[in-house]
Amino acid sequence: MVEHRPLSQLAAHLILIAGVALVLFPVYIAIVASTQAPGEFLRGTLPLMPGGHALENYRTMWESGLSRAGAPPVGQMLFNSLVMALAITVGKLVISLLSAFAIVYFRFPFRLFFFWLIFVTLMLPVEVRIIPTFQVVADLGMLNSFAGLSIPLIASATATFLFRQFFMTVPEELLEAARVDGAGPLRFFKDILLPLSVTNIAALFVILFIYGWNQYLWPLLITTDSDYYTVVMGIQRMTTAADGDPQWHLVMAAVVMAALPPVLVILFMQRLFVKGLTETEK
Amino acid sequence: MMASIKLEGLEKTYPGGVQAVKGVDLEVADGEFVVLVGPSGCGKSTLLRMVAGLETISAGALYIGERRVNELEPAQRDIAMVFQNYALYPHMTVFDNLAYGLKNRGFKRDEIRRRVEEAARMLEIEAFLPRKPRQLSGGQRQRVAMGRALVREPAVFLFDEPLSNLDAKLRVQMRVEIKRLQRRLKTTSLYVTHDQLEAMTLGDRLVVLNGGRIEQVGTPMEIYARPASLFVATFIGSPAMNLLPLGALLSGPGAASHGALLGDLPPGTGILGIRPDALRLEAPHGPHLTLSATLELFEAAGAESHLHVRLAGSGQPLVIRTAGQPRMTEGEMLRFHVTRDALHPFHRETGRRLDDTLKTKEQAA
Repeated sequence: MVEHRPLSQLAAHLILIAGVALVLFPVYIAIVASTQAPGEFLRGTLPLMPGGHALENYRTMWESGLSRAGAPPVGQMLFNSLVMALAITVGKLVISLLSAFAIVYFRFPFRLFFFWLIFVTLMLPVEVRIIPTFQVVADLGMLNSFAGLSIPLIASATATFLFRQFFMTVPEELLEAARVDGAGPLRFFKDILLPLSVTNIAALFVILFIYGWNQYLWPLLITTDSDYYTVVMGIQRMTTAADGDPQWHLVMAAVVMAALPPVLVILFMQRLFVKGLTETEK
Repeated sequence: MMASIKLEGLEKTYPGGVQAVKGVDLEVADGEFVVLVGPSGCGKSTLLRMVAGLETISAGALYIGERRVNELEPAQRDIAMVFQNYALYPHMTVFDNLAYGLKNRGFKRDEIRRRVEEAARMLEIEAFLPRKPRQLSGGQRQRVAMGRALVREPAVFLFDEPLSNLDAKLRVQMRVEIKRLQRRLKTTSLYVTHDQLEAMTLGDRLVVLNGGRIEQVGTPMEIYARPASLFVATFIGSPAMNLLPLGALLSGPGAASHGALLGDLPPGTGILGIRPDALRLEAPHGPHLTLSATLELFEAAGAESHLHVRLAGSGQPLVIRTAGQPRMTEGEMLRFHVTRDALHPFHRETGRRLDDTLKTKEQAA
């Protein structure tokens, strides 16, 4: 689009606005719903204007949760989710950085074989191996624990592969210069390779954090103790209240709170990797 | 602090079976500046990287000073290297780039600061110390790369085509600076280049490599004046040395007079080498050959001109270098002269020089 004609610009903006509205509308509904009084939903129509019960609903969910539906306070579930997501993210980053480093910079027997072994696990996401994994975790007594929530999800072929590709673009002379400068492998990794990977790490951090945060099936399977419920699966518990209708105004308050941390992570990390993009460019 | 380098039968065979270096013997004296020169693929970079410790040594022994260093890591060999693409750490400031090697060796902070500042002053990069490499021009990066080698105060400097990424003007300037710096520091240096002019002007001695072997070792002028083989003869000097089959002179016009003068050539001579500047348009004193040829192409290069001619009779192409801008037209018939002592006789099969009293090792073998 070289020309900027008023009409085509108007059309472009209209299409974009329609797109944004389409995406944002459900979010808006969730926020509006979370501000309504308890009886509001029984009328069968969804209110489009915010109600006046926001503070009350959010306080209820944060402090006590829906104990009748077996869900602990949202504050606690958010904490659990955060621990799990961070453990998965940091664990995945550390493991994949180290394994990519090993695969790219060291000549060891069956190097290619190990690389392919890691690569093949891309085809085995959690859902495929969930039964054997559950058996292993149960036998190790890790049900209802943070270790059980995070460790089975911690290895990442994708991140390893991405770091491998990145490391291969780092000029070999840098390694040689570092060797002449007296840096051993680990020092090279820490002083040269890690700082160069900051942008990649930031990008992967966002992706992996959201991946960890959004885990649903696995926490649902291995947590029976409500102290370890994560927020994404906790919401599901709330909607399946055994007696009576789900209390949508409260559920929506929990939904809004559950959606906030990933948004914050994206906002924060975006600044970091925009900075990374403008500064480390060679 | 300083040291000599000794290479004894150094060989490099890659896992695939390719032999890049086929037995090189060389001694570099303390404080000497030796240039390894040759076409791409001749093994010169491999040889340098073996000395640096970046390539393993397949056979032979390598000594730096009195120490055998075959199995030592690069950092333990007391060497510093300047890479072709500079290999500066992009995320570090110039100061940190220079300081990194010293930090890893556990130097004290003020000692590091002192050395970095001294090197920066020597290379006139003090103003750039807080900058990142990407904020520098090619020439400035080159200086930083040199500085990184300098601060270490190593026993040996290794240069791997350090000027080949610079533009022509900067290259000449940096060449002079490297030479000046090496004179001042008197650090033993090995320098790899494919540029024969760079080699000639920089080195105390030249090592001409071809196909993983040494063709000739000597001072630049020795090599220029008495190339040991056809390969060296054509590689060193620009325009390249003219090669004339002896038969082309012993037949055709003037053959009889040529025969008398060429009678004392060593037996086996098949090819005569003649430098383009040894072909004169005016007749010299003393015994000389006179040849006639047609001018095909006239190249004016400012202070000098290159005449591309074809020898009458045999049609052999020759290049003549002459000072100034002689007035002549293309297609014209020229007469020119060459003295007997400007002829380099080479063996018709081996291509080795024949009148060499100082025989190289390979000839003896």
